Amino acid sequence: MQVIQASRRSFIGTTGSLSAVAVALLAGKDALAQGSSADTSRDVGILNVALGLEHEAINAYQLGAGSGLLQKPVLDVAVSFQGHHKAHRDALMATIQKLGGIPVGEKKLDDYAKALKADTLKSQTDVLDLAARLELGAINAYLGVIPVFGNKDLAKVAGRLAADETLHYTVLTNALGRPLPAGALSFGA
Amino acid sequence: MKLWRLAGAWLLGGLAAAPLQAQTPGRVWVTPPAGDAARGKLLYESRCVACHSVDEHRTGPAHRGVVGRRAGSAAGYGYSRELAASRLRWTSQTLNAWLADPEELIPGQRMGFQVDDATDRADLISWLATLR
Repeated sequence: MQVIQASRRSFIGTTGSLSAVAVALLAGKDALAQGSSADTSRDVGILNVALGLEHEAINAYQLGAGSGLLQKPVLDVAVSFQGHHKAHRDALMATIQKLGGIPVGEKKLDDYAKALKADTLKSQTDVLDLAARLELGAINAYLGVIPVFGNKDLAKVAGRLAADETLHYTVLTNALGRPLPAGALSFGA
Repeated sequence: MKLWRLAGAWLLGGLAAAPLQAQTPGRVWVTPPAGDAARGKLLYESRCVACHSVDEHRTGPAHRGVVGRRAGSAAGYGYSRELAASRLRWTSQTLNAWLADPEELIPGQRMGFQVDDATDRADLISWLATLR
């Protein structure tokens, strides 16, 4: 299975033009840049934190896919999810730039490996558990920032990103053989 | 569970009496009740780990030793200018205010997440206090 390399060259290449997802997210959102400067600065800050999460998620899946621990069809799913996170990254970068901000950069893969303790991953279950924990954290992070955005369009974007992460978390949880949440409203609380 | 709560209360008992910040005169600081550190650990794992971990800087700074530490001072992490210049020290009181509304406490900082529920904040702070 070919794993898309998150090379710096290809990463930089994505910043020059908007991906289809970014275009869709930003369609008709020309008013984004018309908010007050204080609100815009705050929103850009939140978006950059989100972008940092997406950089990390892309690299986490890269580490998992490159570990040799994932078997098909799980490997295919992981690569698919990595693709989602790349689309999120592109959309966030485009939005930050549209607001006049500077997107936060990606770290080296080794930096993510150290921060995520990739050397402790010994099995497919370990990789899936790490991915599930990151996805759950991202769900709650995106849900948590929705009320903080000064711009409703950005709040909606955060909701859509949270929905994608929830899809990922649900699939990963199922792959791990773990039960569904016992109660309702288990996310974002 | 009780041991966690007792440990948290013991650790925070001394911290609550720590001197507060001279640059925030007139602010009424709220001391949270002793929380349930075990529940705080679970909350941490579901809400905080997107950005933070105990021992490694990620999107946010590492948390070991955060209680008692001066804000914006963990070596190797790139803080916002506003947080680094805040001169706050993390106590149960300042963490309670920070988690409730980071931007209200330090305008211009970068954390967009907040913890609305007072019990959740108390439990999280109790957990953070165990990270020595």
